Amino acid sequence: MPEGKVLGKPVTRLEDQPLVTGRGRYVGDINFPHQLHMRIARSVHAHAEIRSIDTSRARALPGVFAVWTSDDIPEVGPVDFRADRASEVLKPYRQPVLARGRVRYVGDPVVAIFAEDAYVAEDAAELVDIDYSPLRIIVSADEDPGEFEPGRTTEAAFLTHTFGDVDGAFAKAHKVIELDLHTGRHSGVPLETRGAIGRYDAATDILELHGAAKVLHRNRDTLVNMLGCNPDQLHVHESHVGGGFGIRGELYPEDVLVLVAAKRLGRPVKWIEDRYEHLMCANQGREQHHLARVAVDKDGRILAMEDKIFHDQGGYVRTHGYNVANRTMCMLTGLYDVPAFRAVTHYRLTNKTPCATYRAPGRFESTFVRERLVDAVAAELGLDPVEIRRRNLIRPEQMPYKLEFDEANVENLEFDSGDYPLLFKKALDMFGWNTLQEELKRRRAAGEMIGAGMGLFLEEGGRGPSDGARIAVDSRGGVEVVTGGASLGQGFETAMAQICAEALGVDYRKIRVIHGQTDRIPYGIGAHATRATVLTGGAVHVTALAVRAKALDMASELLQLPVDSLEIVDGTVRQRSNPRGPTITLGDIAKRLAPGSKVLGGRQPGLWAEEFFNPKDTVFPYGVHLAVVKVDPGTGGVTVERFMVAYDVGRAVNPAMVEGQLVGGCLQGLGGALYEEFIYDDQGQPLAATLADYLLPTLGEAPDIEVLITEDAPSPLNPLGIKSAGEGGINGVGAAIAGAIGDAIGRPGAIRRMPVTPQRLRDILRADGR
Amino acid sequence: MSARVNLTLNINERDYAVSVEPRHTLADVIRDQCGLTGTHLGCEHGVCGSCTILLDGEPVRACLIFAVQCDGQEIRTVEGLSEGNELHPLQASFRDNHALQCGYCTPGFLMLAAGILERNPSISDEDLRDVLSSNICRCTGYANIVKAVRAAVAEMGRR
Ligand code: FES
Ligand code: FES
Repeated sequence: MPEGKVLGKPVTRLEDQPLVTGRGRYVGDINFPHQLHMRIARSVHAHAEIRSIDTSRARALPGVFAVWTSDDIPEVGPVDFRADRASEVLKPYRQPVLARGRVRYVGDPVVAIFAEDAYVAEDAAELVDIDYSPLRIIVSADEDPGEFEPGRTTEAAFLTHTFGDVDGAFAKAHKVIELDLHTGRHSGVPLETRGAIGRYDAATDILELHGAAKVLHRNRDTLVNMLGCNPDQLHVHESHVGGGFGIRGELYPEDVLVLVAAKRLGRPVKWIEDRYEHLMCANQGREQHHLARVAVDKDGRILAMEDKIFHDQGGYVRTHGYNVANRTMCMLTGLYDVPAFRAVTHYRLTNKTPCATYRAPGRFESTFVRERLVDAVAAELGLDPVEIRRRNLIRPEQMPYKLEFDEANVENLEFDSGDYPLLFKKALDMFGWNTLQEELKRRRAAGEMIGAGMGLFLEEGGRGPSDGARIAVDSRGGVEVVTGGASLGQGFETAMAQICAEALGVDYRKIRVIHGQTDRIPYGIGAHATRATVLTGGAVHVTALAVRAKALDMASELLQLPVDSLEIVDGTVRQRSNPRGPTITLGDIAKRLAPGSKVLGGRQPGLWAEEFFNPKDTVFPYGVHLAVVKVDPGTGGVTVERFMVAYDVGRAVNPAMVEGQLVGGCLQGLGGALYEEFIYDDQGQPLAATLADYLLPTLGEAPDIEVLITEDAPSPLNPLGIKSAGEGGINGVGAAIAGAIGDAIGRPGAIRRMPVTPQRLRDILRADGR
Repeated sequence: MSARVNLTLNINERDYAVSVEPRHTLADVIRDQCGLTGTHLGCEHGVCGSCTILLDGEPVRACLIFAVQCDGQEIRTVEGLSEGNELHPLQASFRDNHALQCGYCTPGFLMLAAGILERNPSISDEDLRDVLSSNICRCTGYANIVKAVRAAVAEMGRR
């Protein structure tokens, strides 16, 4: 790739000025005159029938404006799946916005209170009396399915992914190795809780949702179907967002409620979640039980993999349907060349918080399983963990590499590009893997429990279908880039400004990037599944080139110079061979292109363009995580001494931001590997419903994370070669940490469950008589 | 609900006359009545530190104190950190070292660091890490926050 002027540079972010001065505008900071505050009275039972609800005491409290149960909103259906995820079999399992007849997890919304003041609304919620009659509580996907409703079991789906001759491979295997593995329940837990404000303007008949994030246009489309209005009657607005990680910005019952209430009550309705609610109600993820096995030949080459998965979905099916289970299965073989594969998933509902996507959904889980299997094979055959991986990696000459599944309804994958052995080698070299082994040996001999582990993984991103952008230059040379993208704090504005600046020839700091406003652009892909930089970035690139072409065409006429002799530098057009010669600014060109201008000729008025970018297919970045950990045998505590992430991003738009994404993702992964877990008791009561119980890593737990960003395999599927970086930091962390702990305690296969809490590790050591 | 109390909060050298219920937290009053929304709430029970402000120069969690406890005391919030358009060295350093992503934790970290550095400008690296580990950031992995604070210490020493 040619060196860019601003593209590929670690420039400072456009976002930061308001954020460091306390002038950001998060949803909690937004207020409208005469707004009401919504508070939800939630189920305290994990599974129960609602016998009766008495709201009279709540209604009587001064300052309470309205109190709703599901009977007050019979016309509002359950929260729908995203348009592209609809699956008929799952529809009965969707979540109503207020519970109807049954509650299915602790935190299930039952009553909505609207009051003049947030404190009063909270008081009123405590005055609601709900009479429950308990039902059988299921807290694990391993349990036999129960009844979801009469005639429907809690096993909402049974899914299969297969290719190759699995039975044949297992029959002729040199060795078959089986593991029983669990990934614990985690979530993104952004520092800002959720929030939503509904506002209805009867004068224009427009309903507004503020506080939306991530996938604004898609959520608008789902909401208009649910509410029965037209897309131009519902404007969805993003403000600053305090972290997303996959869970923020999906549609939840509260988003629907503030809209319905704003319209019906005739006043803006504001809802801000508290942390306790967040930890019981926002999407969770990751909780799976895998019975996995692998068949290998005598050299450790994988002949087949097989996995039986119990996926714990929680109380309802939310916006993603069974997508996470599908991603788990289709990414399970990862970057290894596996000839035969079969995975089945029991997709089951339980009486816990519902689940959906959390950063690297299905991939964190499947990488843990795959890499545990590979480590177990190495231990069984007495092979070096590096060597066994080398033998099984897909080789660059096999690119593009296809995974074609037997099932007609399963999407085939094509890995676009990559040199996996090269990245693996670079990572090991930079980490000093070989000398490290010597050092570990010495320290072990001196009595330390210390070890190293690795996780190799594949990511995916930039999935289509398409995204557009509109770029306009005003008469003073200001550039506005309107996108349908979204920002969750990852530096979207800066990245888009860099891409536009590079193509158009302007200072990136003079560009204003609009995102997350459905009234500004009709379509938008949002920011999910690592799509933003690839798709919206692609759209901004092609659109900026179109504006450039229009500017140069006009300039060439005005300056009387051939188009191909011109360049644009800092917003001024000049002749490349004669920079001191005649020039014209983009602002002046915009003036000459105004409607009615004498020099307009046959051109469309205005210096602006609108273009779409349609990538052919998904891109597949890939990475390697390496870890060194030390175990305290007395306490079972684990200290991460070193951690490295090596990741091929195709091309980094802003290396500082890519590194920031990777380091932040890594630490989040370390949280999931070692500390974070949503635990429930056998009555389905959440035991980690405060940040004192759900343990987010602090600086005290954070190692200095080493980063290697490579650009060896730019994607051929988009003009900039970008593969994007949002999820590569977290994907392999569980696998690498599990491997390192196993190595440290001298039992390579011992770690079967994430997170590896001190108590679990003590249990393992104790079973060994240590 | 109890009767309202009238009091004066001195925030960033400006007096705000407010009428509060005794149960109103300082954070809520700063945000909702004084309109200074740079002080954020991440947990409302003293764990995350996003609500950190300076009370008579000491970093405190504004979600854990009631506004009525602060009558007449000197309060500083993130809005008071810069002087006009001139960023405080910590603010500039956070920007220059990419020490924020979503920015939600940032005001809390800035006030925590400002409070500590004013008290002890020559704080050791180890103590600095120790103090900074009392706030939570979910985005950055902390490395750049530490880097930014250290760079600001150096910059402030030069001034
Ligand atoms: S909001 Fe005060 S410590 Fe979290
Ligand atoms: S930057 Fe998002 S929580 Fe710190």
